[in-house]
Amino acid sequence: MMPGETMSKQVAGAASPDPRSAGSGKAMMGNGAGASWAAVPEKKKLSVLIVDDDSTIRTIHTILVNRVGVEVEPKVAENGQVAVDLFRTGESFDLVLMDWEMPVMNGIEATRELRKMGVGAMIVGVTSHSMDTEKETFMAAGLDDCYGKPLSIKILKNILEKMKIDD
Amino acid sequence: MDVAQLKRQLFEYTTLLFHEGFLDEQFTQLQQLQDENNPDFVVEVVSLFFDDSERLLNELATALDQQNIDFNKVDAHVHQLKGSSSSIGAQRVQRVCIAFRNSCQDKNVEGCLKCLQEVKHEYSLIKNKLEILFNLEKQILAAGGSPPV
Repeated sequence: MMPGETMSKQVAGAASPDPRSAGSGKAMMGNGAGASWAAVPEKKKLSVLIVDDDSTIRTIHTILVNRVGVEVEPKVAENGQVAVDLFRTGESFDLVLMDWEMPVMNGIEATRELRKMGVGAMIVGVTSHSMDTEKETFMAAGLDDCYGKPLSIKILKNILEKMKIDD
Repeated sequence: MDVAQLKRQLFEYTTLLFHEGFLDEQFTQLQQLQDENNPDFVVEVVSLFFDDSERLLNELATALDQQNIDFNKVDAHVHQLKGSSSSIGAQRVQRVCIAFRNSCQDKNVEGCLKCLQEVKHEYSLIKNKLEILFNLEKQILAAGGSPPV
């Protein structure tokens, strides 16, 4: 698989724990307790959490997220534990861009923990691991999608489009 | 030198960097993200890359200088360097990192030390070349032009 290519949940198998599957099966906004995309006004500010230990990637993804044509409010976390703690303290995000390899808590552990907590936000893996089997491992933690890093504007737009379509 | 000459020089220099494999299309994507809202975006991201790389190269040298080398730690540093070099399109640095990780996985001390020297060399080359490129862009701006993307 080339960088930037996607691995959707359908490709990786349905073994991943997905709290949303108990509901409509559609992408829900916020931490799982929020409303669906359809109920959100067109101009709603999307909240995006960028989880990566690489400051270069965090900067690029922050700029990218600000370029996608919808009003977005990105926030960054330097490892999985920081991301989990943000949700624990009551913050909610519509989209989480999750790196795999990070110190303290990696992306797989953080994704599992977030799903265990009932977080229904769209979590997209962004990784430099390029093997399909590696991406399958990451997907199985509860991701909605997985891409090579860094993301491009086109891929980010596709992700946001999927959030609408899935609704 | 007038703006047209400087622009031609910048174009030829950038083309050469791509031709010689120092940069790949990721660098072009970064340039495309630069606009009036983020006029120094590429320089800012590349400066972050320089800071991170220098820190990681120092940490790698320290880690490989230990009696009992922690290859997991070395591998984690190289993984990070691979990611950040890939994110700015520093293709040759990224390629050495791939070989470096293979040596880490084989716990090959000699291979790791050789890769560290290579990655330091490639890093200093790309740093120097990007500084020349940014300097040319500055000269174009100072002469009243705007650098082509």
